[in-house]
Amino acid sequence: MFFRLNSTNGQPLYLQLMQQIRHAAETGALQDGDQLPGIRTLAERLVVSPNTVAKAYSELEHEGLLELRHGSGAFLIISRRSRALTNRVQVARKKVEGLVEELRESGLLNEEIRRLFETALVLPA
Amino acid sequence: MSHAPVIQVHELKKSFGRVDAVCGLNMSVAPNRITAFLGLNGAGKSTTIKMLLGMIAPSSGEGTVLGRRLGDPAESVDMRKYVAYVSEQQHLYDYMTVEQMIRFTKSFHPGWHGEIEQKLLRTYELPLNRKVGALSKGMRRKLALLLAFARKPELLILDEPSDSLDPIGIEQLLESMVAQCSEGTSIFFSSHQIAEVERVADDVCVIHKGRLVMNGSLDDLRQSYRQIDLVFNAVPDEVEFRLPGVERISTQGHQMRIFASGNSEAVVERARAFYASSIDVAPIGLREIFLERVKEN
Repeated sequence: MFFRLNSTNGQPLYLQLMQQIRHAAETGALQDGDQLPGIRTLAERLVVSPNTVAKAYSELEHEGLLELRHGSGAFLIISRRSRALTNRVQVARKKVEGLVEELRESGLLNEEIRRLFETALVLPA
Repeated sequence: MSHAPVIQVHELKKSFGRVDAVCGLNMSVAPNRITAFLGLNGAGKSTTIKMLLGMIAPSSGEGTVLGRRLGDPAESVDMRKYVAYVSEQQHLYDYMTVEQMIRFTKSFHPGWHGEIEQKLLRTYELPLNRKVGALSKGMRRKLALLLAFARKPELLILDEPSDSLDPIGIEQLLESMVAQCSEGTSIFFSSHQIAEVERVADDVCVIHKGRLVMNGSLDDLRQSYRQIDLVFNAVPDEVEFRLPGVERISTQGHQMRIFASGNSEAVVERARAFYASSIDVAPIGLREIFLERVKEN
């Protein structure tokens, strides 16, 4: 599994790691029962604080996507619930793609669309 | 695992003659984390570190390192058993070979970790038979790092550890720091290399003119600092945007730029209320946050 963390994009590294693991589960890059590297191994590979990896793993465990087994690492659990989530994400992706296409046709550039999304996401839910 | 701070100082001061190098420093460093100590040259980083290690006595104020009080000679000696330190003016014996230097240091530390020593010898490619005095600056730094890491101390204090290292050396240093933190060592390191700090640090302390001007987790900084660019037909008075978290406002023609340390949602809402024709929110990197904090003080 390949990760790419960006230390300047304004998002905590542990959240980036969580999203990339979730994304890997959604696309099938990671499958039910797959094992992730141990905290220390992954921290050394990514050259980030082990606390970053530990936090990402423990939050994903809390969400039910990972099972942490003492001494033997982290394992993916792709349950029916997370499959349902995957489906929701796929539906949402289609919607976003449609919207982006529409906005491009109206003459907006990628950078302008990205800024609109970023600003909209800042608003309270 | 203890949750007590590994370093805690209160109103710490150090004056050299009429110059105040550190003037009323309050700071707390959490255990089992990698904490970066940032500041410009002459901000008081090295003076602070020397006081923490008991190498110089504070002019006033108090503090503890691993629970041992600063300025108490007996507690200071005890503390140094559990703290390893690497600095620019590292004391090494030039007449010894690398191998002798390692063996010599090892003899003082019963908890020496041979596997770490072997691993770092391989990684750093240190020439065992060369005299310490004949090592390049980078090699000398690597030897000092090896001697500190192989002790696997409770607390590792590094003063500008990446100075005189090349990019590969820096990468190896960061990897060693991560590995050591995984084993339960707390790390406190001073640096002005913001890019490396951004990658490995959990927490950041910023010192400026002898005072702490910022202290927090990098996750929180990443999530809360935003630059908000606004465009108005009729620019409202800046007073309208002086909300909590707004650090600086500048206006130029129809544009307003806001530097916020938090609360950017409220700024965006306010901008909408004033019919901003464009609202653009962007994250701010540690470099800009650091420069901003240093400039305003």
